[in-house]
Amino acid sequence: MRKHTFSLLGLMVMASLILTACGGAATTAPPPPPTEAPAATAAPAATAAPAATEAPAAFKCTDAIGCVDVAPGDPIHIAWIETVSGATAPLGTDNNRGVEIAIADKGGELLGHKIELTGEDSLCNAEGGQAAGTKISADPTVVAIVGTTCSSEARAAMPLISKAGMVMISPSNTNPDLTNPDHPDHWPGYLRTAHNDLFQGRVAAEFAYNKLGLKTAATIHDGSPYAKSLQQVFADVFKQLGGTITTQEAVNVGDTDMKPVLTKIATGKPQIIYFPIFEPEGDFIAAQKCEVSGLEKTVMMGADGLTIDTFPEAAGECANGMYLSGPFVAGKPYDDFVAKYKAAYGEAPVSGFHAHAYDATNIIFAAIEKVAVVDADGTVHIGRQALRDAMYATKGFEGLTGKLTCDKNGDCATGEALAIFQLTDAEIKDGKWPPNVFWKPGQP
Amino acid sequence: MLRRALERFNVSDLSLYVVGAPIIALIVVGSFATLRAGHYTTRQWFDFIIFGLAQGSIYALIALGYTLVYGILRMINFAHSEVFMSGAYAGFFVASALSRSKFLDSNPVVGLLVIFAVAILTSVGVAVLLERIAYRPLRRAPRLVPLITAIGASFFLQYTVRGLFGSQFKTYPTVAILGGTWTLGANFVIQRIQVLVIVAAALLMFGLYSFVQRTKTGKAMRAVSEDKDVAALMGIDVDAIIVRTFVLGAALAGAAGVLYSLMFRQAQFFMGFIPGIKAFTAAVLGGIGNVPGAMLGGVFLGLFESVGPTLFLDGLKVPAPYQLKDVIAFTMLVLVLVFRPTGILGERLARAKA
Repeated sequence: MRKHTFSLLGLMVMASLILTACGGAATTAPPPPPTEAPAATAAPAATAAPAATEAPAAFKCTDAIGCVDVAPGDPIHIAWIETVSGATAPLGTDNNRGVEIAIADKGGELLGHKIELTGEDSLCNAEGGQAAGTKISADPTVVAIVGTTCSSEARAAMPLISKAGMVMISPSNTNPDLTNPDHPDHWPGYLRTAHNDLFQGRVAAEFAYNKLGLKTAATIHDGSPYAKSLQQVFADVFKQLGGTITTQEAVNVGDTDMKPVLTKIATGKPQIIYFPIFEPEGDFIAAQKCEVSGLEKTVMMGADGLTIDTFPEAAGECANGMYLSGPFVAGKPYDDFVAKYKAAYGEAPVSGFHAHAYDATNIIFAAIEKVAVVDADGTVHIGRQALRDAMYATKGFEGLTGKLTCDKNGDCATGEALAIFQLTDAEIKDGKWPPNVFWKPGQP
Repeated sequence: MLRRALERFNVSDLSLYVVGAPIIALIVVGSFATLRAGHYTTRQWFDFIIFGLAQGSIYALIALGYTLVYGILRMINFAHSEVFMSGAYAGFFVASALSRSKFLDSNPVVGLLVIFAVAILTSVGVAVLLERIAYRPLRRAPRLVPLITAIGASFFLQYTVRGLFGSQFKTYPTVAILGGTWTLGANFVIQRIQVLVIVAAALLMFGLYSFVQRTKTGKAMRAVSEDKDVAALMGIDVDAIIVRTFVLGAALAGAAGVLYSLMFRQAQFFMGFIPGIKAFTAAVLGGIGNVPGAMLGGVFLGLFESVGPTLFLDGLKVPAPYQLKDVIAFTMLVLVLVFRPTGILGERLARAKA
């Protein structure tokens, strides 16, 4: 038996790899029937909120999923779940800075209580989202959460947050399934200020087909829900417009040698390769494209996962002329925000979703101010279902990213804050960031 | 003859053959379908093989470190992937300094040699310290103890580097003479960097093999590997030989670190993990403890990863086959181990230890 130790070990590794590869499919399987959540959704919002306003002197919580009581002197607790370590750390760090500036703009206080901010690192994967979600949802003082950074984390954290009766609003999750009410793993209490990838993928496909005039495309994803759905939306829209998708390939997170997969793509002779993935895999694809024969004239395009200031240098000369779609915010209020950002952190924004994070935090504050019941002694009571309802009901909210209106599924993005950038020598050699806007949706 | 075969037969063998046979059938059918469809040109097959050889050479260089230490100490040095990483990191600092001072452009050969020398010295330093601090005090401990220590040392080194230099990727500078290609006829174009990787790895492996086979130290290493106590009785300084084994493995890992980083242009604290796992797999595939086995295992693994997804799966119409390249690599490992439980070249060792 001993001689088979290694072969059995190998079998186990193989089986686990197959399971991981099929993980995408597994996550869409119906979850165990949520036991507490339906009660929450079924609760008519109308009864919860008025009950709260006509509260007698001694407050009695009538909210369907409970209340948070903040005694005088205690802080109002807001939590974050973001990726603050590893290759995707700039995204999460940038989000958190948006949150911190929003709190500073409030003077660090809400309804006479200090705002307490704590958080957990979620590592840009499902396991990290699970761990962070478990920890945060176990703390009953948490009122609302800003997070997550990556869509895969939200998938794992959302059920935990939802069951705990809390509400989470993400500045940078773009996966369409997260706000799709028909998805079998859909949970109440989740919103986002980031654009839905149904929008980003459509913009990318329209840009490639209409603006650049390209007729054939190949896509690459990395198995994450974000990349998988984004490239699928791109492929669907590109085909609808009349283009041809030569192949849809995938790589693993952690792969470094992309030349074989690029060689396979080269057999279809696509005019554009769309790879909406993250660093460092995106760096390797962008750098190694030039080493593969048959792709000399192929254009490359990435999405907001690669719109990070470290990408141009890592990808190198080969990425010259590459397109990136990503968040783009402009205007006077935004310039003021960036000035505060620079003053506080000594550098320009390191990624694209700080303004979305700022808006998300302010939506939470506005909703708390709307639903909170303040006793004579200063105690604040916040109904959890009422808070959720108030956030879903956000309408015409003046944010940095435009006028935000949330729909009943939790999508609050305006659709104005997106643009296509092009990388040039200035970004690759001289470290200029952000790159110039090449095109905006709606332009000819 | 038949009776002997029946005597050797057992249930675990049968179950493994049941796993193995359909996999082989699938591979044969898939390869046949791919080749018959003829989507790929000769040039592309040649490219797949070169990509695989370059990646495989690096796996082989790292695998040698695992196999050398296993051969002598019967322990798997899981911190070896961090020895590889520290070489790549040291190489990065020298390379970026030389690149900024333009020395790398004016004297590329000298510059590269300096980068390799510093990387190798750093890796050797880390490995010697590792052996002295983490492994030697546990020489007489049960076998699991140094194994766990190795995993701990691996984390310690990773997070030390992360603490010192951050978790960001460091981008290696490009070396002008390594860019571009060589053309050997219409169908055969090869990247210069890949030539460097393959040739350097082949030379290093040949050097190591000769060292182990021809020199007195090599002979002593083989003696210690067969029986430590008897070797000591014959007047061999066992501790010194073990240190030299670590030095040899680390030197190859340091060189592999620079080659890897020149090819992929990045260094990071976690970069050793996946190549380390792959190289360990390569060592097992070739027959752990066996020097030519590690080389063969590494090259095979690289080829399976590069050629396998296209050759085996494209014909079967599997979508996005490159996501399954690790599955293919480990399936190959299982297949080899089903039919040769000690790895491709592991026979001699198994008999000696039985």
